[in-house]
Amino acid sequence: MPEILQFEFMRNALSAGLLVSFICGIIGALVVTNRIVFLSGGIAHAAYGGIGLAFYFGWPYMICTIGFSLAAGMVMAAVSMHSKHRADTVVGVIWAVGMACGIILTDLTPGYNVDLMSYLFGSILIVSAGDIWIMLVVAVVIMGLTAFFYQDLLAMSYDEEFARIRGVPVQALYFMLIGMLAVTIVMVIQVVGLIMVIALLTIPPFIVEKYAKSMFQMMLGSGLLGAVFTLSGLWFSYTFDLTSGACVIMVAGISFFIFLLIERLVVLIKSI
Amino acid sequence: MDFPIVEIKDVSFRYNGQTALQNVNLTVKPNDFIAMIGPNGGGKTTLLKLILGLLKPEIGSIRVMGQPANKASHHIGYVPQDIHLKRNFPITVTDIVRMGMLKPQIKRTRWRSNITKERCQALEILEQLEMDAYADSKISALSGGQRQRVLIARALAAQPQLLLLDEPTASIDAKGQADFFRLLKELNKSITILAVSHDLLVISTYVKSVACVNKGLHYHDQAEITGEMLETMYPCTEDDEVCPVELIAHGLPHRVLQDH
Repeated sequence: MPEILQFEFMRNALSAGLLVSFICGIIGALVVTNRIVFLSGGIAHAAYGGIGLAFYFGWPYMICTIGFSLAAGMVMAAVSMHSKHRADTVVGVIWAVGMACGIILTDLTPGYNVDLMSYLFGSILIVSAGDIWIMLVVAVVIMGLTAFFYQDLLAMSYDEEFARIRGVPVQALYFMLIGMLAVTIVMVIQVVGLIMVIALLTIPPFIVEKYAKSMFQMMLGSGLLGAVFTLSGLWFSYTFDLTSGACVIMVAGISFFIFLLIERLVVLIKSI
Repeated sequence: MDFPIVEIKDVSFRYNGQTALQNVNLTVKPNDFIAMIGPNGGGKTTLLKLILGLLKPEIGSIRVMGQPANKASHHIGYVPQDIHLKRNFPITVTDIVRMGMLKPQIKRTRWRSNITKERCQALEILEQLEMDAYADSKISALSGGQRQRVLIARALAAQPQLLLLDEPTASIDAKGQADFFRLLKELNKSITILAVSHDLLVISTYVKSVACVNKGLHYHDQAEITGEMLETMYPCTEDDEVCPVELIAHGLPHRVLQDH
């Protein structure tokens, strides 16, 4: 392993992977318990519109993509807040339209067309030191907000109606959650790409949920598990010269199915 | 206490043009124990949400503790139906009870000492409900009756003036229900209770008064189930699912033996 670390891009990839796993643990736990997985997928794909915008106008990638994802996320949040049963359709539409925007904008961009693949499947090996600083700031802000509003977020996630009755500003909190989610997604896109964001966001919390006794444990456990997935994925990617994002997701996905299988077996053994 | 706990005046409410409640009046006096009964779709849940301030009446006014309902919901200890809650949610009993201590101010203190204090208070309430042994258990490990007690503990943590229960016996077996209503009777010594139920049999032996909700509302000062009440309650249930004979067979004996 140490031999890997002599490359700067590998050291950057490791730090980025660890940071993103950590952020993913916090936000993923909230996504799974609030049942907004589909909405997260919507934001991830709509984010491609922001990438297209960045290239067409030559604006900075990070700012453009975060801005676009935030906008798409807020529209989805507003719709899902007011008419829950209609929300999935609207999320699906924004999902597709965002992507279409991105593709058309890259079509219109003159000259060399950027490599789509790195955004679809991630590009953790080209993460720069500057990106890592941004991730660090995002991680600190998300941790701070989550810690400060922990009780309120917990109440909203468990029993929204009761939280409302207790005077928790559920609406504002929900928008804040979607905002944090949008920023998280842009970070995760760099590691595993927008197609696979959902997996890294939801597989660790799903596995941990059953064993965690509190939301805090679920966040921490998901972060750790995500880090294990990311690091082993990176190792596979390096050793066998494969796409890093896909390797991370493969490790997570296989673990997910092994987990389900073990769970089934335990139930079976208990019933005998 | 001069003003009533809840005062509902001439309230009407419609869902998408369909009348859910019409011209409802109700005054909940301190220390009353009201059973709110009525057929499904009769407007019980709507009335509940109006009292909690989650819905706004189109016509009429609702005041809780002398304040408009949407500003006074923190005076109410609400016990929702257990089936609506997420089953595998990672949360302990103590954390659920602490949820009841949340206050409207966004700037409330969030320091460590406060958390310890809240945990102590939560444990006291759980002791009162004989649930302290489960304080650190995950909610999914508990039985239906135990979960119900935890939800009541959460409601009591708000130090409410009124306890509002939605179908409280739905997930408890017959033995548990008897214990449960004894508990409510005990709590009723210091707190006003309004329980919504479609089950007019079990509840009738413990309550002090009955409110029948079927678009309109009829308030009966004593917990008697009369033939006339059954008539107003279930005048034309579409497929006559509720058989009055069955209701009388189970419900009335307690009343027949009342003091004269």
